[in-house]
Amino acid sequence: MEKVKAAIVGPGNIGTDLMYKLLRSKYIEAAMMVGIYPESEGLARAKSLGIKASHEGINAVLQEPDIKIVFDSTGAKPHLKHAPLLREAGKIAIDLTPAAVGPYVVPAVNVDEHLEAINVNMVTCGGQATVPIVAAINRVAGVQYAEIIASLASKSAGPGTRQNIDEFTETTSRALEIVGGAKKGKAIIILNPADPPIMMHNTIYTLVKNPDEELIRSAVHDIVRRIQEYVPGYHLRVEPFVEGNKVTTIIEVTGAGDFLPTYAGNLDIMTSAAVRVGELMAMRLLGVYNRKEVGSCASH
Amino acid sequence: MPHIRIMDTTLRDGMHAMAHQFTPEQMAQVGAALDEAGVDVIEVTHGDGLAGSSFQYGFAAATDEEYLKAVAATLKRAKLAALILPGIGTCEDMRTAVKAGVKVFRIATHVTEADVSEEHMGLAKEMGTEVVGFLMMSHTVGKEKIAEQAKLMESYGADVVYVVDSAGAMIPSEVKEKVSYLCSVLKVPVGFHAHNNLGLAVGNTLAAVDAGATVVDGTLRGLGAGAGNTCTEVLVAALKKAGYKVDMDLYKIMDAATTLEPMMRRPQVIDNSSIILGYAGVYSSFLLHTYRAAEKFRLDPRDILLELGRRKIVGGQEDYILDVAYEMAQKKNIMVG
Repeated sequence: MEKVKAAIVGPGNIGTDLMYKLLRSKYIEAAMMVGIYPESEGLARAKSLGIKASHEGINAVLQEPDIKIVFDSTGAKPHLKHAPLLREAGKIAIDLTPAAVGPYVVPAVNVDEHLEAINVNMVTCGGQATVPIVAAINRVAGVQYAEIIASLASKSAGPGTRQNIDEFTETTSRALEIVGGAKKGKAIIILNPADPPIMMHNTIYTLVKNPDEELIRSAVHDIVRRIQEYVPGYHLRVEPFVEGNKVTTIIEVTGAGDFLPTYAGNLDIMTSAAVRVGELMAMRLLGVYNRKEVGSCASH
Repeated sequence: MPHIRIMDTTLRDGMHAMAHQFTPEQMAQVGAALDEAGVDVIEVTHGDGLAGSSFQYGFAAATDEEYLKAVAATLKRAKLAALILPGIGTCEDMRTAVKAGVKVFRIATHVTEADVSEEHMGLAKEMGTEVVGFLMMSHTVGKEKIAEQAKLMESYGADVVYVVDSAGAMIPSEVKEKVSYLCSVLKVPVGFHAHNNLGLAVGNTLAAVDAGATVVDGTLRGLGAGAGNTCTEVLVAALKKAGYKVDMDLYKIMDAATTLEPMMRRPQVIDNSSIILGYAGVYSSFLLHTYRAAEKFRLDPRDILLELGRRKIVGGQEDYILDVAYEMAQKKNIMVG
């Protein structure tokens, strides 16, 4: 079957993990990997897998009319430059940086609303892991306040996250409100250097109007199954339990180990979610998108 | 003998022991008494720093801004400080704190993660405040690692870097080794913050100043997380007796402790679980949260703390108390309700 051609901008850990995931896709062809350093290991790896690689950055992508989807895993500042260029060239941007030029997209919650967007933002790893739980609880119980604690293995947090740690808390908090539906959101991130490294661990506290534990559990189980379609290592550690109007849920994300180690569930959930959005967009471009069959396009 | 600066954190670390329920009026009374006694710096915030008020750490009785303004209004000479843990509080919270009167930021990271503080230290310098770097859980790594991370903080603009014994797990010989090494590699002064889980807070603080630290923390009556901190009024007496120069009045700091005493919710003692905090190396503020989880899941709090120590849980990960207690309860096949 015909596939939609895509490029990855940013050949670092995230870009490389994305590349391995796209190599398995039925709907997307990983056609190109671009960076800005000729000596980049990521570019060399792409080349060795038969993928066109260039160190001429975004310009190399703009010269390829066949490329319809561009995954940007560089950083907020570069993406702010890339976004208008891609838009002008009519290419869809899936933004894995904190730039947030386009709307926040969390596949298990709101992807259908944004399949026609020209630029979408993948929020943060913590957002991808926790917003669906908040949205599910909000649907049945009405979330007044959502607070999430994301614990990551130190080794899985790169310099970008470390130098701009406020971006994580601020973006995740906003997504809990905008996508999760909470009246107010709060996010906390903790880095833990334990060796062997900890798995990505997220605690979701919500304050709800209607604390019906059965309804909440059933809604959370449903959404966990939907997330597992694109992030197989996503699982509940502590079932939602109610104390008064407070609901506590704990989830853990074990990475798929495509390129990054399994403890880097935080990075895996970002790349998996981005691939999911990309595939749905590709299916729409190919004219094979059917909302009811979304479950059948899982990338794993 | 060197001059020793004392930073009092009754109104920040002490918040843990108060389940973050000091009222702004109480803080103002204690703050005024500390100021009168000649304390150099008074730290005021939620126990977990700016924006710490949460389900995770407990909601405070008032906002950080309300607390800071209440204390700022009473101070004549002491400088007002706020704690921030990057990942919990943000630069925006720091801007609000400066408007409320903060002159010193104490910026804390886990001892191996100093690089998350660069942005916040930069902002603190830009706003003209003093910057104190706080390397938490310093018992978990060797002196070279502490020095490497302290140098990062120094390069970001820290005016003082602290060895922080968050778990009250260090013994005097270890304090001496780590502090003296840090003093030998840093250009800026070295500080020390103790917890009393093994009954060593005053002893460790004396070991730290003997090893070259010139800035140390205390709290009135030792009020603080776990078995509490170094008792400020005891420390003043001990430092004076040892011949160090301390700009504080012994009677007046004792009077400040008397002002605090009726506000305390429980006696600040070394109970059994506190000993386990120090023994297993667990972040001191986990204590009261662990008691609540142990009661809910009908477990021995000491078992939960030992498991948290085994898993190498760091400061701020209070949600793991629940994770561990839930798993232990499931194993014991106890229904949770």
